[in-house]
Amino acid sequence: MINHSLKHLAGMLAGKEISSVELTQEYLNRIARFNPEINAYITVDPELSLAQARAADQRLANGDAGPLTGIPIAQKDIFCAKGWKTTCGSKMLETFIAPYDAGVIERFNAAGAVSLGKTNMDEFAMGSSNETSYYGKVQNPWDRTRVPGGSSGGSAAAVAARLCAAATGTDTGGSIRQPASLCGLSGLKPTYGLASRYGMIAFASSLDQAGPMAHSCEDMALMMNVMTGFDERDSTSLQREKEDYTRDLGKPLAGLRVGLPKEYFAEGLDTGVAKVVEAAVEEYRKLGAEIVEVSLPNTMLSIPVYYVLAPAEASSNLSRYDGVRFGHRAAEYDDLMDMYCKSRAEGFGAEVKRRILIGTYVLSAGYYDAYYLKAQQIRRLIAEDFARAFEQCDLILGPTAPSTAFKAGEKADDPVSMYLQDIYTIAVNLAGLPGMSIPAGFATVADGTALPVGLQVIGNYFDEARMLNAGHAYQQVTDWHTRMPEGIA
Amino acid sequence: MSTWEVVIGLETHAQLNTKSKIFSGSSIAFGAEPNTQANVVDIALPGVLPVLNKEAVQCAIRFGLAVNAEIASRSVFARKNYFYPDLPKGYQISQYELPVVGKGALTIQVGDSEKTINITRAHLEEDAGKSVHGASPGQSGIDLNRAGTPLLEIVTEPDMRSAAEAVAYARKLHELVQWINICDGNMQEGSFRCDVNVSVRRKGDEKLGTRREIKNLNSFRFMQQAIEYETRWQIETLEDGGKIEQATVLFNPDTGETRAMRSKEEANDYRYFPDPDLLPVAISAEDIDAIRVTLPELPSAMKVRFEREYGLSAYDAAALTASRGIADYFTAALVAFGGEAKLVANWVMGNVSAKLNEESREIADAPVSPELLAGLLKRIADNTVSSKIAKDVFEAMWSGEGDADAIIERKGLKQVTDTGAIEAIVDEVLAANAAMVAEFRAGKDKAFNALVGQAMKASKGKANPAQVNEILKRKLAG
Repeated sequence: MINHSLKHLAGMLAGKEISSVELTQEYLNRIARFNPEINAYITVDPELSLAQARAADQRLANGDAGPLTGIPIAQKDIFCAKGWKTTCGSKMLETFIAPYDAGVIERFNAAGAVSLGKTNMDEFAMGSSNETSYYGKVQNPWDRTRVPGGSSGGSAAAVAARLCAAATGTDTGGSIRQPASLCGLSGLKPTYGLASRYGMIAFASSLDQAGPMAHSCEDMALMMNVMTGFDERDSTSLQREKEDYTRDLGKPLAGLRVGLPKEYFAEGLDTGVAKVVEAAVEEYRKLGAEIVEVSLPNTMLSIPVYYVLAPAEASSNLSRYDGVRFGHRAAEYDDLMDMYCKSRAEGFGAEVKRRILIGTYVLSAGYYDAYYLKAQQIRRLIAEDFARAFEQCDLILGPTAPSTAFKAGEKADDPVSMYLQDIYTIAVNLAGLPGMSIPAGFATVADGTALPVGLQVIGNYFDEARMLNAGHAYQQVTDWHTRMPEGIA
Repeated sequence: MSTWEVVIGLETHAQLNTKSKIFSGSSIAFGAEPNTQANVVDIALPGVLPVLNKEAVQCAIRFGLAVNAEIASRSVFARKNYFYPDLPKGYQISQYELPVVGKGALTIQVGDSEKTINITRAHLEEDAGKSVHGASPGQSGIDLNRAGTPLLEIVTEPDMRSAAEAVAYARKLHELVQWINICDGNMQEGSFRCDVNVSVRRKGDEKLGTRREIKNLNSFRFMQQAIEYETRWQIETLEDGGKIEQATVLFNPDTGETRAMRSKEEANDYRYFPDPDLLPVAISAEDIDAIRVTLPELPSAMKVRFEREYGLSAYDAAALTASRGIADYFTAALVAFGGEAKLVANWVMGNVSAKLNEESREIADAPVSPELLAGLLKRIADNTVSSKIAKDVFEAMWSGEGDADAIIERKGLKQVTDTGAIEAIVDEVLAANAAMVAEFRAGKDKAFNALVGQAMKASKGKANPAQVNEILKRKLAG
């Protein structure tokens, strides 16, 4: 059951082969068994989950079910969900029970999906290994000594370890795609503006975007159908007609022009990862795709640009955590300034503080033009690179991350090396484009462990249906996405 | 002899009278229980986002049109970052580089002359909440009802040269924002408050002196006092060899003094940057035209029309367009009267204004409606009552004794125009005042006026004064 597709599970629920309560209980049992070690979830609340499952069963009985009704999924702990503790991976929000639902959560609720709980994540989504979480690190199910990636590391581990049927993630610089790559699953960051940011705790507003994490592209298409759509409460939400992301699934790929950016296959890419990606490209050629070389010359500037813009926005977004109205407040303080300083010093972890400091610095009088403004200009150049590339091709393929999952603690004290994890993913956020990672095989690392490798698929704006079909076609001729780590059966 | 010149610029916050807040759906009504008008957006819970209230932008455009300003086709909201307990997000959403309203101008009347005050810009922003001290011992409370209330901050060039000019500008602006219906103008509730930048320099100097900013003045009287005190203080400081440090000061109405609250060194670096949660505001020429047609005739245009159509002086026209209420009252009275505008103008600016001032009433609450006033003016015009008697009738109308005709009838105030009756009175007066007659004949013209006064008195004021004059003249000559 834990390896069935969402479509299959929906069929079982519709055919009364299983009830949502039974299915939910099955996942809750697995969580109880495996989560104490894997630590994919920060909060599990069986009563809340089972109440949703009972309501879903009622809908199923009434014939009022949609494709996700009764399906147990996991929500990244960045989404406010009414009645659920919503921590964003931070001590700052350790006691915060959200009094309202995020737009994305509302949509899943309306669809009748069951929430199994809130998944672990890097604090305020700042990190690429899930090690910055106040709620402890998350194990990569493929090698428990390794990180799952981040910031949606909990969601990735939960999907990989079959602790949920699918999950939500958010991606500011690669936070869906990199953990999907490191944990061997599929993850999609949609075009900026497709999924509502309302109720999704902000890290960097102009980059943050929610998306699905699941086993297959077909599963992700079903998740996308539920989680995207206009929300008037988010001014950056796009007012477009509702799409069916499953509509292209099964279309042949013949004639598809696939671009390979030469900069993505240069220095810095792990050879094992390169081999897997090249093999995947070869598979696409076999499927009828035409392979062309493209260039994204400003890609290498995306990390410095990102580490100006994202911290700048974050430094301001995180100002509301001041100990005044909600969240952590220091127990003792002398005056207002002392209360601010102590509450924030105690409530935020080191990486969050580092980014608040960077962001405050780049926005300061006298530095704004040199950093923030310059970074915005380069951001436009990066977007123009993609626009030119998409004149030559329909989709761009490349690696998602430069390496496979690394050991816990390996990069924790080396922020720059950690930041380089997102070298291939960040440009996509800066341009607002959709990007996806799908499992493409395994690379064997020095200690002999075989670790998953993700293939990144980048599309033009609103081309998610085409991307999902390209991934689906690949998943019809490969079985990487069905592989299961050992020790979780 | 002062060799000093004061230079003044104003920043005014006008609270816009939209139905809801600028970035959330909460009500902005004044006086509600603390925090009952603060939703998840206003208290800045994690994950919430602002959505621009288009009504606020429309208000800004109305203002821009009213001061003949450039209206930006693209304007941007920016975050002004600072920590304060009543600022829930840790930043205020404001406009920085690209405000909705650009350069404009407002003409003020100071005494008999006009002066144009240049407006630098006007931008939209949200208000902060309010700290409440003393509600519970040892603790401060926060009321976020006001947080997110839409404000238009209107900034002038340093164009004013006296406290009187600054106050005249502030009054004019105060009337204008009410005139175009974007602000209720309630200064007690903080709907209209001014920050005044004051500096002094030697007359003839090109360079501006260092300015100090007097914050949050919410009465014109305080503004006048504060500027006068601040000007004196700066001049004395400089004459004593001191230096003015740039600072923010507060005016204490009890002492009549200004006092520095923070110096430039302590000023925040607000780290403005465009708010990524809000899209730039696009305003098309069509949008502007659609708003233009909803604007009432503006006071400046109305003033010119009053001069042209009614032959009123610039002074009268300015006084009658000083507020929407006065202009509406004047216009309604004139329509109902149908006679000479100057007579209406004199009464509105004279007796009506005097009574309003005396009783501190708004013109909208005047017990004598424009129609009632017109009824009285008709009786003046047709000589039923003299101007003097008309004042008594007006007083009676003000006290609610009915319309002019009823009062004249009941009190028997109708003017005596019967020549025979007046001649009889004049004869009596001449007979009783032989000494005055003699004085007049001896060349003392003043005696003539005294005789007129006696005749009027004898008629209990009801005799037509022109007739009294004429008859008296004839009889004395005869």
